[in-house]
Amino acid sequence: MRRRNFLRGLIAATAAGLTVTGALAQDTIKIGEINHYKRMAAFAGPYKQGIELALDEVNAAGGVLGKPLEFIFRDDQGDPGEAVKIAEELMTRDGAVMLTGTILSNVGLAISSLAAEKKYVYLASEPLADAIVWAKGNPYTFRLRASTHMQASMLAEEAAKTDAKTFATIAPNYAYGKDAVAAFKAALLKLKPDAEFVAEQWPALFKIDAGAEVQAIERAKPDAIYNVTFGTDLAKFVREGTDRGLFDGRVVMGLLSGEPEYLDPLRDEAPEGWIVTGYPWYGVEDDANKAFVDAYMATYKDHPRIGSLVGYMTVQSIVAVLEKAGSTETEAIREAFADLHVDTPVGQITFRAADHQATMGAFVGKTTLRDGRGVMVDWTYKDGADYLPSPEEAKALRPGN
Amino acid sequence: MAFFIAQILTGLANASALFMVAAGLSLIFGVTRIVNFAHGSFYMLGAYIGYSLMQILPGAVGFWGAILLAGVAVGLIGVIVEICVLRPVYRAPELFQLVATFGVILVIQDLTLMVWGPEDVLGPRAPGLRGVIRIMGEPVPKYDLALIAITPFVALALWYLIARTRMGVLVRAATQDREMVGALGVNQAWLFTGVFFLGTALAGLGGAIQLPKGGADLLMDFNILTAIFVVVVIGGMGSLPGAYLAAVLISVLNVFGVAYLPQSTLVLMFVVMVIVLMVRPYGLFGREEVAGEHGQIGEPERPIKPAGLTTRLVVLAGLAVLAFLPLFGSSFAQVLVTDILIFCLFAASLHFLLGMGGLVSFGHAAYFGGGAYAAALLVTYAGTPMELVLLLAPIAAGLAAVIIGWVCLRLTGVYFAMLTLAFAQLLWSLVFQWGEVTGGDDGMVDIWPSDWASDTTAFFYLTLLLSVGGILMLRHTAHSPFGYALRAARDSARQAEATGIDTKRIQWVAFAFAGAMAGLAGGLFVFSKGSVFPNELEIAKSFDALIVVFLGGVKTLAGGVVGGAALKGAEDYITRFEYWRLVLGITIILVVIMAPDGIVGSLRRAGERIGLIRDPEARS
Repeated sequence: MRRRNFLRGLIAATAAGLTVTGALAQDTIKIGEINHYKRMAAFAGPYKQGIELALDEVNAAGGVLGKPLEFIFRDDQGDPGEAVKIAEELMTRDGAVMLTGTILSNVGLAISSLAAEKKYVYLASEPLADAIVWAKGNPYTFRLRASTHMQASMLAEEAAKTDAKTFATIAPNYAYGKDAVAAFKAALLKLKPDAEFVAEQWPALFKIDAGAEVQAIERAKPDAIYNVTFGTDLAKFVREGTDRGLFDGRVVMGLLSGEPEYLDPLRDEAPEGWIVTGYPWYGVEDDANKAFVDAYMATYKDHPRIGSLVGYMTVQSIVAVLEKAGSTETEAIREAFADLHVDTPVGQITFRAADHQATMGAFVGKTTLRDGRGVMVDWTYKDGADYLPSPEEAKALRPGN
Repeated sequence: MAFFIAQILTGLANASALFMVAAGLSLIFGVTRIVNFAHGSFYMLGAYIGYSLMQILPGAVGFWGAILLAGVAVGLIGVIVEICVLRPVYRAPELFQLVATFGVILVIQDLTLMVWGPEDVLGPRAPGLRGVIRIMGEPVPKYDLALIAITPFVALALWYLIARTRMGVLVRAATQDREMVGALGVNQAWLFTGVFFLGTALAGLGGAIQLPKGGADLLMDFNILTAIFVVVVIGGMGSLPGAYLAAVLISVLNVFGVAYLPQSTLVLMFVVMVIVLMVRPYGLFGREEVAGEHGQIGEPERPIKPAGLTTRLVVLAGLAVLAFLPLFGSSFAQVLVTDILIFCLFAASLHFLLGMGGLVSFGHAAYFGGGAYAAALLVTYAGTPMELVLLLAPIAAGLAAVIIGWVCLRLTGVYFAMLTLAFAQLLWSLVFQWGEVTGGDDGMVDIWPSDWASDTTAFFYLTLLLSVGGILMLRHTAHSPFGYALRAARDSARQAEATGIDTKRIQWVAFAFAGAMAGLAGGLFVFSKGSVFPNELEIAKSFDALIVVFLGGVKTLAGGVVGGAALKGAEDYITRFEYWRLVLGITIILVVIMAPDGIVGSLRRAGERIGLIRDPEARS
């Protein structure tokens, strides 16, 4: 009965509420940032702090194109449909010049598809899925962080150096886990054709039955274990595995396991001797890296996570692309991304024209315990460019273009 | 053989926490008939509180003391929730309380984040129980053995409480016939509070006792929710031995699943539930449901009637405003209203099933997501044009509903609800697992409308036409002879049968019809977003619709639509705040307390009181 009234009132109220927020801060360049601030608070929080740190620096130095740079942060509840709606709002109502954000790959893919349809530029900062730049790649989407394929290839290279012949894999039962195992397998078999995969375990994401998984892997008696689980799954897997002696005398690789987001919560139970990709902020010595870590710690009285670094580099990339474009027009930004060079804490990175993937690499090293917490030692920074297919091969991976 | 035994021991240890949490849920449901969605939140609180206490209390005594205290503390929080949130709504229509518990989930999530921070917490080890014991050469963690030993004692203590004490007698009596217990002079309010204390304390105990096997994190509330519902249903609602047996069954089967069928981790539990319910419709130890024997709680429902002239004019005016929206509203206003309209159609289809048919489906997202995926598959693999897809999506969803309905309608009440949930979950895992075709959780993207409808305004009009058309069709059906037959089957199956109505068939058709309408909404959704992901099939999506229907008012025709518009609109606004879950949760709880008849029902009542609307009862 009164339903239309209700709806109308509601829309009017929302509209009124929005005009107020929209009217503030006139002459800035706005970037729409969409993330799962609540659903993945432990990851999105440091990421946002990285962005804010960079923003302060940029605006203190006079902004970009003569205007201050502003980020509009919005929470999508981790729901792709919601993210698409917010993206529309940011671009059509709030006057954002481009979009960035997301950690979850599915949300990143949803925004990327919208970006292609509506011609918005989208810089996928954190999602890892290869599909974002390859199988589902499109002219309007770019990705900053080293992808699943790149990081898995780095670990496969390390695995090939060991004597291990038989491998077991354990990965969460969803797209990221499957991609990570497939990429590792392909890369390893190229380097070590006689490698054999004797067990593949697929626990449900965040619902691992760690005791049973450990028993199942132990039964296969592999020489090496490739782990893709993370978060609470990783904690449970490490605990059961250590208790039951699963890791004794075995080579263990952990994708992302060395990132502070995952290593810190394990405290003094962090596994030792795992070969991992991660972020050893405590060990970086060179000026660029050190400057970022110091500035971050001075501002927040907390150490950076990998998300902080990615957030910081997101802003740097956006500043670079706007300056190169010399305008905030979508097409100008899009074209400026081609072979864009950005100077970052981890060195210069390039957004490849062929597949829109940045050459940001990853730190690979071994875990150990120091002062009651897990750290990476003997690490090296591996340039992402070395783990990407050639531009011609990459083009072939993008059927839509 | 040794491996086999080690596996069984792992399964038994896993069953421990699961049993405690599920037993609490079962008790609460058995006595109060509340489907407590917030039970997972109490489990999470137990883990966090237990963790904090273990930091303060030293040694083995401190460790075990912390677990017990965590249980008590969570029980007390449960009492507060029961008194403040649930007591005011006991007289509301059946299952209405689940909306309130949903609000509680949101509030607890944000409060937990505020108190303990975002980082996962690793559970402390049990003093003296670190490491393993070798049993026939296989390593078995000491704490696992402790859990295996403790659980039967908890179960026994519960059994003693229920079977041998006065409180237990009352609880059992209330489980069987709570009206009679009330008539015999037992203070029901305190009985309910007591049971709620016990139930939530068990959840807290479960959360604290699993700490050495894992820890505490902010997602654990939802992560355990489906598992405990499955355990309770397999065991039989309200049965403690059933809960124990089911927890062991699920845990042990899961361990074998991991070893021999590693890909099965997503579905195994639900397959077991479907099989058990097919063989034993009320779970292993459950009795046939007696709820509703004395009719529904609250005042009898009014007969529905066609809208009067004023109402029609108001609706028409509202539609006109919507039709002219592109003239005065921004492009985003159209996007937002498109979203809301699609959701309203989805909610209206569930409302039809729930309000008119009395069929509580916990898995309605299966048809929304099913329609969405049917549309996406047709576009991606057959290049079908949008116009045809929008016709085929509801048909596909309707067909799915025909098949699922045929199985589920053999059961009634909560068991029916849980079976629909199981099927939705099976469909979800099919989509999730079958990555080659459905893209898994990377979903299906680039499904955009035909050229003529790709403009925001054009698509807005298309949605307006189809959604309003669908809603009016649902409403019209409610007034048709079919609608009368459906309500007859809902209110008194026996009398309806006596007058020659084939109630099962009527319900089956209604189930398919509601599914088809949800499928239409799903089809529209895909084209509005350009992509679809498995979360459109998730339990959370089904709950969204359920909550909206109850919030709007089950016993009113417009409930689904109004609830959908209100919640989606409020959500769009509230999610802009930092602690939006807290705000949204409190808003929902307040609405529930102030409007126990739902938004529409309570507005109507208020209108009658101040004389704006005539009370039809007053004249007849």
